[in-house]
Amino acid sequence: MFAAFMLHAWLVATMVAIVGGAVGFFVVARRAAFAAHALPLGAFPGAAAASLLGVNELLGLALFSGVGVIAITQLQRGERREVASALWLAFALALGVLLLSLSGAYAQSLYGLLFGEVLGISRTQVFGIALLSALTLALLALLARPLLLESLSGDLAAAAFGRARSLEGAFLLIVALSTAMAVPVVGALLVFSLMVGPASAARAYTNRPWRALLLSVLLSMAVVWSAIALTYLTDWPVGFFVGALSAMCYVAGRRRSLLAGAGS
Amino acid sequence: MSRSPALSVEGACVALGARLVLRDVTFALEPGEFCALIGSNGSGKTTLLRAILGFVPLAAGEIRLEGAAGAPDPIGYVPQKLALDPALPLRARDVVALGLDGARLGISWPSKARNAEVDRMLRAVGAEGFAEQRIGLLSGGQQQRVLVAHALVRRPRLLLLDEPLANLDVRSTAEIVALLRRLSREYGAAVLLSAHDMNPLLSAMDRIVYLANGAAVAGRPEEVVRTEVLSSLYGYHVDVVRVHGRVVVVAAEAGEQIHEAVARDPVHTASVP
Ligand SMILES: Nc1ncnc2c1ncn2[C@@H]1O[C@H](COP(=O)(O)OP(=O)(O)O)[C@@H](O)[C@H]1O
Ligand SMILES: [Mg+2]
Repeated sequence: MFAAFMLHAWLVATMVAIVGGAVGFFVVARRAAFAAHALPLGAFPGAAAASLLGVNELLGLALFSGVGVIAITQLQRGERREVASALWLAFALALGVLLLSLSGAYAQSLYGLLFGEVLGISRTQVFGIALLSALTLALLALLARPLLLESLSGDLAAAAFGRARSLEGAFLLIVALSTAMAVPVVGALLVFSLMVGPASAARAYTNRPWRALLLSVLLSMAVVWSAIALTYLTDWPVGFFVGALSAMCYVAGRRRSLLAGAGS
Repeated sequence: MSRSPALSVEGACVALGARLVLRDVTFALEPGEFCALIGSNGSGKTTLLRAILGFVPLAAGEIRLEGAAGAPDPIGYVPQKLALDPALPLRARDVVALGLDGARLGISWPSKARNAEVDRMLRAVGAEGFAEQRIGLLSGGQQQRVLVAHALVRRPRLLLLDEPLANLDVRSTAEIVALLRRLSREYGAAVLLSAHDMNPLLSAMDRIVYLANGAAVAGRPEEVVRTEVLSSLYGYHVDVVRVHGRVVVVAAEAGEQIHEAVARDPVHTASVP
């Protein structure tokens, strides 16, 4: 399972894990799990459109993630984030069904998009994903403290920034970027499990924010690596293992919080 | 002393939706002054504080802050009813550190000077005993202390606190008031603190802004908390009654609607010195 053709898979999966764990820390802190689900799933018609037009799938995903960010932030002016995310998701899925039926692309590629196909990553995809990873991590590092402050309280953050503007748009953009890179690997349905599971487990084990972030990244890497190894051994879909292992992280974290009060 | 005021509010009007929530509010705060912002629920206290922060625009009038010419001074702010997430991995000390540089871009590297500053602030508010605990798991009074430290750590000239005494027991209330009074002197920060009950603030306040139905009277407590002044603010007769060192504002004979408005919030007090 360390053969040359697997190298791409390990590389890409590691990048996805690092970004997913780091972004996930903020997704969980800001209670934005549903938005983190709606964005990748809502980006899926982008991939269908790309295959219809015969262009790069990653491009379609990125484009639709971006449209999703704009839609959710705009809708959020009058609605709560959950409602805004749900509205976008409903619309995007409807569009996805239409595009899919028009394109006639089927079973195999659809399956890959929804559930991931880490073993089939091409060299060009590796470059694209590396670029998106670097961009996402750079943005995250730039905004780390303001994002953390805003997850404590939007009002405290606004007072500190000196104006009543939130980072929600920038934050969703970061989620969208990480989504676009992760969807081809772990699949649209399960991206958010990678963001939510390790991150919520991590905060049961430490009270320190940046340690929790680091732990989230490490757990996420452990999940993804184990998932690939298990996929290779069993030939079951990688998405299954990512989802199941993430859920196990979450359960372990919950158990620890319940048993120990808060971690120390 | 003709120092420029830390805050001056002149003829401020704020409209929310179609309603004029604040009408022609005027007052000024000198550096180091402790001012109570008193009014019943819905009288516009939160709106006034948010207008000072620039969160809501003024329909008319002007709000000036000291040092607002160049880079605007930071304003310390403790919002009303913060529901802090107990699952958030954030210690009391991290909250204070975020007060210091939470708005800055880029990664923060550990720094001795920064830690020392945070420690000093934690000690100043008496929070050193729970500095390592999660903010969301602390008691209301403990959280209030940490939030005050968060708001003061950048040494703002102006500290706004929105109902910081709500939900505190009598002892924590007295402690927080004494703490704020001491820190405002020590740091030279003007404090504007909203409350629906002025009782606990009587010994601390230099100045009072009394809000009713969006209008305000401001001045020294003995000038404002008087039968004639408050009656004219409410638009009907109220009595300022002093009993057992407390001052109660009660509606006398009033129309039904008016009576109800006061009956919901019958106790406004000032044991005027
Ligand atoms: N977004 C809003 N739109 C319309 N009216 C509002 C809005 N927010 C608050 N109000 C009204 O403004 C008045 C003042 O509210 P507020 O400043 O919160 O009072 P307080 O803090 O003194 O309890 C209340 O009557 C409230 O109903
Ligand atoms: Mg209020």
